[in-house]
Amino acid sequence: MSVLSVRNLKVTFESREEPVPAVRAISFEIPEHSTVALVGESGSGKSVTALSILGLLPATADVRGEVLYEGRNLIKATRPELRALRGAGISMIFQEPMSSLNPVFSVGFQIGEVLRAHRGLSRREARAASLQLLEEVNFSNPRTKLDAYPHQLSGGEQQRVMIAMAIACEPKLLIADEPTSALDVTVQKQILELIAELQRRRRMSMLFITHDLSVVGAVAEQVVVMREGEIREQGDVAQVFGTPRDDYTRVLLAARPRLDAPSPARSGEETVVFEARGLAKDFGKVKAVKGASFRVARGRTLGLVGESGSGKTTLGLLVARLHQASGGSGLLHGQDAVAVPPKVFKRAVQIVFQNPYASLNPRFSAGEILMEPMRIHGIGAGEAERRGLAAELLARVGLPSSALFKYPHEFSGGQRQRIAIARSLTLRPQLLICDEAVSALDVSIQAQLLNLLRDLQDEYAMSYLFISHDLAVVKSMADEVMVMKDGEIVEMAGAEQLYSDPKHPYTRTLLASVPSLR
Amino acid sequence: MSLWRLAWRRFRRDRVGLVSLVIVIAFVALACASAAGWVARDWAEEAGVSYAPPRFLGSPAVEATVQGEAIVRSQETHGIPDPLAEDLAEIQKDLLGLSGTASRAGTLVFGGDKWGRDVVKKAIKGTETSLVVGLAAAALAAFLGTLFGAAAGYYGRWVDDFFNWLYSVFTSIPYLLLVLAVAAVLNQKGTVTVVLILGLTGWTGIFRLIRAEYLKHKVREYVLAADAIGASDARRMFAHILPNVGHVVLVQLSLHVVLFIKSEVILSFLGFGVGVDTVSWGSMLAEAPSELILGMWWQVAAATLAMALAVTAFSLFTDSVRDALDPRLQ
Repeated sequence: MSVLSVRNLKVTFESREEPVPAVRAISFEIPEHSTVALVGESGSGKSVTALSILGLLPATADVRGEVLYEGRNLIKATRPELRALRGAGISMIFQEPMSSLNPVFSVGFQIGEVLRAHRGLSRREARAASLQLLEEVNFSNPRTKLDAYPHQLSGGEQQRVMIAMAIACEPKLLIADEPTSALDVTVQKQILELIAELQRRRRMSMLFITHDLSVVGAVAEQVVVMREGEIREQGDVAQVFGTPRDDYTRVLLAARPRLDAPSPARSGEETVVFEARGLAKDFGKVKAVKGASFRVARGRTLGLVGESGSGKTTLGLLVARLHQASGGSGLLHGQDAVAVPPKVFKRAVQIVFQNPYASLNPRFSAGEILMEPMRIHGIGAGEAERRGLAAELLARVGLPSSALFKYPHEFSGGQRQRIAIARSLTLRPQLLICDEAVSALDVSIQAQLLNLLRDLQDEYAMSYLFISHDLAVVKSMADEVMVMKDGEIVEMAGAEQLYSDPKHPYTRTLLASVPSLR
Repeated sequence: MSLWRLAWRRFRRDRVGLVSLVIVIAFVALACASAAGWVARDWAEEAGVSYAPPRFLGSPAVEATVQGEAIVRSQETHGIPDPLAEDLAEIQKDLLGLSGTASRAGTLVFGGDKWGRDVVKKAIKGTETSLVVGLAAAALAAFLGTLFGAAAGYYGRWVDDFFNWLYSVFTSIPYLLLVLAVAAVLNQKGTVTVVLILGLTGWTGIFRLIRAEYLKHKVREYVLAADAIGASDARRMFAHILPNVGHVVLVQLSLHVVLFIKSEVILSFLGFGVGVDTVSWGSMLAEAPSELILGMWWQVAAATLAMALAVTAFSLFTDSVRDALDPRLQ
């Protein structure tokens, strides 16, 4: 018996040129009391599918096919019918809890609003019910949190409030659209456990949408793998992940960064390129980095792991001298970095940022982006030679020379990050800081870029300071790993040793929180 | 394809925008032609009789003669010969266009002013003055606003404090009072003066917006990336950030053209505008009150029509430019 059946669902977006198909005739079922995971990379149509169930797509979307819920086709349902259904029969949790909650109303008011609207409770009743709901989503002090405003809660707490709102009217089906993607790994674990427990306790059905295959095992019984608007494979989680039949599923599984993969862990002495001695940074009273000391050897990778707010990005910017340190010093080849002329320092130390959509100037073509640093540092004899060098670098990072004349918005995320890497390579740096350089990308693209970074490291004998929140990605890249928490480096060790035998309790918590397939 | 070309593509699909662009171009072309002396060169020539009506209303010559005789007769009734009678009669005739310069026309295409100057030619010449004032003052204000805003937003600290103080000083004085104060200080009538008055007082709004844009953009990763490759402050400010906020400047520029055209009209109407040897829509309107009492509506109509058309077209054009450059607003 299915709670929801999606049959032959097609979604096409109208545009000025030609219609863009987002979902091409997909069918799947969500059985009673069970969880179906909808997995896919960006642009696979998974979120569009979820939004079309509740009729939340914009007017430019042309939706066809059937979404059957309690014998009704929701695609044909009128607006009032859908409104009565939303939050009551079917409810939804979104990715960004901060933007899903209204900042000017208290938590209690927002949960109560759902109850008053759908169940007709009075203010007093709604408040009592809200309190119970907060207890159910594991708030230890629900009474005080009831009158708190969203900004007074952490990201995990906000997401728990969203969950409380979603289950307030005892829905039969809960749609969770990437509910943990914006959260740290330790918080993600708590939320996943909470969602799975609620689903069992309340005997709901759930559609869990994610790009992360690893979290599927923690919540779902069945999985649907989507790509470019089509279903590639669906079935039991154990069966699909154990013996995948589809090529794409296999690629996804293989590309997934894994904690049990070996780290490069190269041995032998190497000259030290960069050394930090007690680097510190204060922003007013906030101590973002509290005295970090480490060494990066030539041709080696130092990994830096931490959750959001741990100060890892600030440390990266300090090393690149894009932030002025408030204390301590950085040594480039044993010489104090402050004494090194800025131009010389910038040629030696380069940085690749996290967001490939923000780190390239949208008004510059790829050619201009690559030729600018050459011009500033006088590399290449003339424009023609620089253009040649730029084309060579593009070829090296796997882009055709026709890309020279294109602008950032004409490239995909992975291609943009290749351009960003090529830009840093123009100066032939000795140390490249990768600040979450692959975190914004889909797993298959991520794997390609990690391979590219490994090849480039061998070719140019570069050192990396590899910053990431993803422990598995860091392990696959780093010889040595530092763990950062609240501005402090709590543990530093060889990669294999740190992952197999973590000494600090925080490192252990981090490692235990990483979801695994089964 | 660059973002500017994408914007042009979007603009081309906007029919209202295209039509208003054509009208704006027509006005600019007219102003250029007038500046080059191809049209309305002889706007100051007293071609018709005083207050010559538009041609389509017919000639009032007969009525004017009767009036003239009536005046002469009323003077005779006193019985005392007026020593100035002959001169007065001559002046009276002269004013009515009945004197020796008989070549003066009784009617003009769209009527004439007090001195018998063609109001169409005056309106064309006024277009030149008003557009030059509007464009030049807007360019000056946009230049100052962008420069100050970029410096304040990018450097922050005391630079920001200084420009914010300057901004507060300028905005704390009521606009018209400030304009009149500057006009009184400069104490010189003329087009350049008007441009300076409007440009030097009108940069504040643009400053505020550009400063905010720079505050937003200077912490973006592409600017950090430019810092990482060793780009200088000036390069980051003007080669990296400016093209990304250029659409804001452009939209503000055309908004201010409209604003300053209207301000010039107000200034000239109040007598602080262009000199007596120049004509603008404002100086034409300044003559309107006394004319309207006499029922001479054509000069005010010509100036108002020209101004309304130009300002409306410019405003619609600005809206379309904004839509094309910033599709998020749609």
